[in-house]
Amino acid sequence: MAANPMTQFEVYRIGPEIKIGAFDISFTNASLFMVISSLAILIIFNIGSKKNSMLPSKIQLLAELSYTFVSKMISDTAGSKAKPYFSFIFSLFMFVLFCNMFGMIPYTFTVTSHIIVTFVLASFIFIGVTVIGFIKHGFGYLKLFVPSGVPIVLLPLIVVIEIISYLSRPISLSVRLFANMMAGHTMMKVFGGFVISLGIVGGWLPLSFSVALTGLEILVAFLQAYVFAILTCIYLNDALNLHH
Amino acid sequence: MIKKYFFQLIFLNLFFIKEVFAAESGGMPQLNPEFWISQIFWLTLTFGILYIILSKVILPKISSNLELRKSQILENIEAAEKQRSDSETKLKEYESIISKSKLEAKNIFKETREKVLKDISTKRENLENEIDKEIKKAEQEINLLKKSAPEKINKIAIETSSEILKSLIGADVNSSSISAIVNDFSKRNGNKYYDN
Repeated sequence: MAANPMTQFEVYRIGPEIKIGAFDISFTNASLFMVISSLAILIIFNIGSKKNSMLPSKIQLLAELSYTFVSKMISDTAGSKAKPYFSFIFSLFMFVLFCNMFGMIPYTFTVTSHIIVTFVLASFIFIGVTVIGFIKHGFGYLKLFVPSGVPIVLLPLIVVIEIISYLSRPISLSVRLFANMMAGHTMMKVFGGFVISLGIVGGWLPLSFSVALTGLEILVAFLQAYVFAILTCIYLNDALNLHH
Repeated sequence: MIKKYFFQLIFLNLFFIKEVFAAESGGMPQLNPEFWISQIFWLTLTFGILYIILSKVILPKISSNLELRKSQILENIEAAEKQRSDSETKLKEYESIISKSKLEAKNIFKETREKVLKDISTKRENLENEIDKEIKKAEQEINLLKKSAPEKINKIAIETSSEILKSLIGADVNSSSISAIVNDFSKRNGNKYYDN
């Protein structure tokens, strides 16, 4: 019988139990892959920025291409005012991308397939964007909920809808990433289980599906990181350039 | 619990894999809050460190690398541009020198030709003048000879006729009468022998 496709998402403790007060902050497999992803990013970008040759090496080219990619993405969606937040969005994009990509390696753990992780990231973005909006515009930031050119009769309804949509941003942002990652990995696991259960005779079809799905999932891993970053840029744009 | 069944329902309907899910009823480990605090802690820690190192060390370096390369490339382009314009001006100079020297050569050639032609013409003129002079001299001499010829002939005629008469008659004849006859004769018939 095929293994439960959900066991791959299980978190277990590595090493001893660490407790601060009542909180268990033990090092788990999730923590391990967070550390691995961060280290990989730091190593790659450190090598890529170490020496500046006129003809960049491959790693340097990679680092510089991702730099220009993210910086172009930010300037396209949020304008030049978002420049101070470049390094945050860059780190966010790289972190999510590397976590997603490390999850694609068999027998690894996908950090971003956990709702709590994506929700913490998303709520941090949400709180940060809201704070930036109130700092930049004061209470004028509340105009975000009052679109111009709306008939006065509809205004109460529209304001309520706007507030709900604004408050649901962290949920939509986190659930989008988490659900995509979880669904993709579950699907791959399920097809992998089919290969085993159908055996040498009928297992070839799910196997070919599994291969195709791996390609698709790599695409999704990149795309979801991109979507996560670009939505952050859009929220930031709302906070920085208030023009409703 | 509702959420759990919801997700299971989605997967059941999507893939018809009842038995796969029925085997274990683990549900979603994501919704188990046992390690939530740990995940939040480690996420904050790793992402925080990542953000600090990237923003303080690595990204400024990449940015300055890019800027440096950009400015260097711009400089190189400028230098290349300058060199090209320099070479263009040099080429123009060279061309102007060439055309100038061509013109000069032409002028020199023309001048020399004119000089030579002039020389030749003056020499020819001189020669012609000399020839003309010689011809005139010769003509004058001829004319002189022509003029003096009848007189001489008359004289010879007188002398011969007197000689002839002397030997014929054996006595001297008056020379003046002979000369008168000869002169008369030559005056009458002279035009027949001298066309003047």
